[in-house]
Amino acid sequence: MCPLEAAVNTSFRRAVLDNGLTVLVQEVVSAPLVSVWCWYRVGSRDEVPGMTGASHWVEHMNFKGTERIPRDQMKGLIERLGGMWNGYTWIDQTAYLETAGRDALDHLLFVEAQRMASGLYDPTECEAERTVIISELQGGENDPDQVLDTEVTATAFRAHPYRHPTIGWLDDLQAMTRDDLYEHYRRFYIPNNAALVVVGDVEADDVLRRVERHFGAIPPGPPPRRVSCAEPRQLGERRVLVERPGTAAYLKVVYHAPAVTDADFFPLLVLDAVLTGAKGLSLWSSFRGALPQRRSRVYRELVERGLASSISGALLPTIDPFLYTLSLTPTDGVTLEVLESEAFAVLEKLRTDGVEAAEVQRAQRQLRARLVFESDSVTNIAHQLGYFETVAGPGFYRQLRDRIDRVTPDQVWDVARRRLASDYRTVGWFRPEAFAR
Amino acid sequence: MTTLARGLSPVREELENGVVLLAQQTSAAPAVTIHARILAGCLHEPARPGLAYLTAKLLDRGTALRPADRMAVELEDRGVALKVRASRHAISLTATCLAEDLPQIVTIVADVLRAPSFPAEQLHRRRGELITGLRQDDDNPFLRAGDALVRLLYGADHPYGRPLKGTVASLSRIERQELVDYHARRFRPSTVTLAIVGDVAPADAAALVEREFGSWQADAPDEAAMPGPPAPPTRQMAHLSMPGKAQADIAYGFTSVSRLDPRYYAYWMMNIILGEFGLGGRLAANIRERQGMAYYACSSLDAALGEGALIVRAGVDPRNVERALAAIDAEVGALGRWGPTTDELEETRQFLIGSVPRFFETNQGIAAFLQSAEYFGLGLDYDRRLPHLLEAVTRADVAAAAGEVLRPDAAAVVVAGPAEAAS
Repeated sequence: MCPLEAAVNTSFRRAVLDNGLTVLVQEVVSAPLVSVWCWYRVGSRDEVPGMTGASHWVEHMNFKGTERIPRDQMKGLIERLGGMWNGYTWIDQTAYLETAGRDALDHLLFVEAQRMASGLYDPTECEAERTVIISELQGGENDPDQVLDTEVTATAFRAHPYRHPTIGWLDDLQAMTRDDLYEHYRRFYIPNNAALVVVGDVEADDVLRRVERHFGAIPPGPPPRRVSCAEPRQLGERRVLVERPGTAAYLKVVYHAPAVTDADFFPLLVLDAVLTGAKGLSLWSSFRGALPQRRSRVYRELVERGLASSISGALLPTIDPFLYTLSLTPTDGVTLEVLESEAFAVLEKLRTDGVEAAEVQRAQRQLRARLVFESDSVTNIAHQLGYFETVAGPGFYRQLRDRIDRVTPDQVWDVARRRLASDYRTVGWFRPEAFAR
Repeated sequence: MTTLARGLSPVREELENGVVLLAQQTSAAPAVTIHARILAGCLHEPARPGLAYLTAKLLDRGTALRPADRMAVELEDRGVALKVRASRHAISLTATCLAEDLPQIVTIVADVLRAPSFPAEQLHRRRGELITGLRQDDDNPFLRAGDALVRLLYGADHPYGRPLKGTVASLSRIERQELVDYHARRFRPSTVTLAIVGDVAPADAAALVEREFGSWQADAPDEAAMPGPPAPPTRQMAHLSMPGKAQADIAYGFTSVSRLDPRYYAYWMMNIILGEFGLGGRLAANIRERQGMAYYACSSLDAALGEGALIVRAGVDPRNVERALAAIDAEVGALGRWGPTTDELEETRQFLIGSVPRFFETNQGIAAFLQSAEYFGLGLDYDRRLPHLLEAVTRADVAAAAGEVLRPDAAAVVVAGPAEAAS
């Protein structure tokens, strides 16, 4: 049995309209619902200095009125259909979604077509949103874990635009203008830079006809050139210490990770499962709920020995090489020095002795199960189809299980030896000021 | 192929000993979610804040049959992790597994519920983790404002007012024997309801539950009475100074009605209009959309067994706290005084009725719905009756609900944030 195939049952269609819009349709008839996701190949990695946060701000503006949907009706339009909506911006991509009863499909496509081509960007609205976004940034700054994550990421990258946070730097948010935002919107929000995903109790041919009707007349634009550069090889460990008022300490250790299409990605994914338990591959759903981590090495060595109160690992599928992150919280009374050296000892042991076949098999079983768990609803299936289309290319999603299955213990050991070397890591400490010397 | 096109078709079975099973077959993925609910929440714990929470943390850390290590192997080799949580009213255990692994997982769930052994070394570890967690919470203005608000509303002795996770002092004092006694007193067949939702026939689920829970014998425990909230107060204010924070978190609220109160549906719709519709109803329209003051401004209604709280939340620049409180007072006061418009009422009604199929998008969503319907005695056909219940609510009903509860002069208000916000 192949659970993933059973999960994404019945028919799948992929089409490209004349204007370049990629359309993915998956019929899933388990509930009378439809989920529509529109993906754009633009994220914070497409922002130059001075413009950081533009992609995320543009996402906010795309809920603030279009030529045919007045601003005060944009939020509420989907609710009146009993639907939910949301959007997110991340380093490689921006996505918008609605899930509602299947009869709402035309309305959902209309909203996405308006969003693609007809945003208003009223200057007053842009100004009002500036302070909303600054408030969002300040909310994040209240969380010491997030503060440390931002500092560590900015330290780990010297050149690649993955170094700045998706929300942007405060000074840029204060300085950007309406015209900056509108130019960013027009450059990236074109059909030939987008993928539209429709999953649910629908009929594929009917969906394609409707999509053509709503999107077919939107003209394509010049393919946007994406900001890209190779991060220079790191030559030595980097460290960052954040000392602020607080009540608990936090430790982060990050290593440069491979891109999702790199041959090292899946061995590292299995390695992460061996170290901290399998998370799966969905940014939308995998990180919620309990994870199987009590048999993982870092948990057994650090949590079960009373050194850490919580641990987690994160390897995310990205277009360019991003980061593999270990996050640890010392148990009350344990110093950051001790926790760090014990964490390094766990990694060094694995780099020296390799992994056992049984650990790799467990990790693979966990990852296969999570592929099933994260395709349990039309919204989650649509997310995965669009995500991998956007960051990895056509057909990649279907290969996930196979790529996980093919990983060998030797590949896991090899990737640990090469990629978890101390020269390539950045270590971040958050030390609450009350405890600082 | 199972489809939910015509709504749910749950099967309810009650074992002779009182264990209840709610089963719903679905077909989206070859997976099954188990959701067990045990009436052993904060409400049921003796005067020992954090006891239910600590019990939940230790429940799946070893049984008479399965030491913690072996349990972890049996679960994690199948990619499964149990999530055990304590709430005000219950301890809940949820797990999702591949359909082919369901028999083994039901066996483990039964073992965890029936025979946890609360090993001493596990108590030591988990207690340390929880205390670290409490210290982290102490640095979180959102959590601190919320905790302080319910304490103002209910008092520190009410199950809705006392800290669910306990305090460092109370957790430190809990002895292993108290966990053993609490489990023996509250984990009985009559306090357990299981929802099993996913790619499994209800008859097969029932056979598994009978096999694993059928032999369990214990009398029903005495039920704790839910105390009422204190007399309606006058306006109360509290400030929590948290140096170094970039943003101030506001929690503003009232006690409301029980989920069992006939006025519940009017309260539900009123709260959607106040702080949920779209980005956050009238509150977000004012504070976020018109004034650009906050990323979030919204409200929630927690009508439960007792008269739960209606809470407004917003996170704002510390310099804008007074402006934000004025805006909250204005919106709360206006809805309380004049009620909703006809348009607001109708769009809210459309939203809620249209949302019903979406509640059932995931197995977890269905399981939670079935558990709630069982707990409040709403019936197996509740998903089909719900639209009619919402149809029956009039503008006068919602206006009356708003008039009863939305009174700024009776609100409890907490602001947690940097010194300038607390001044």
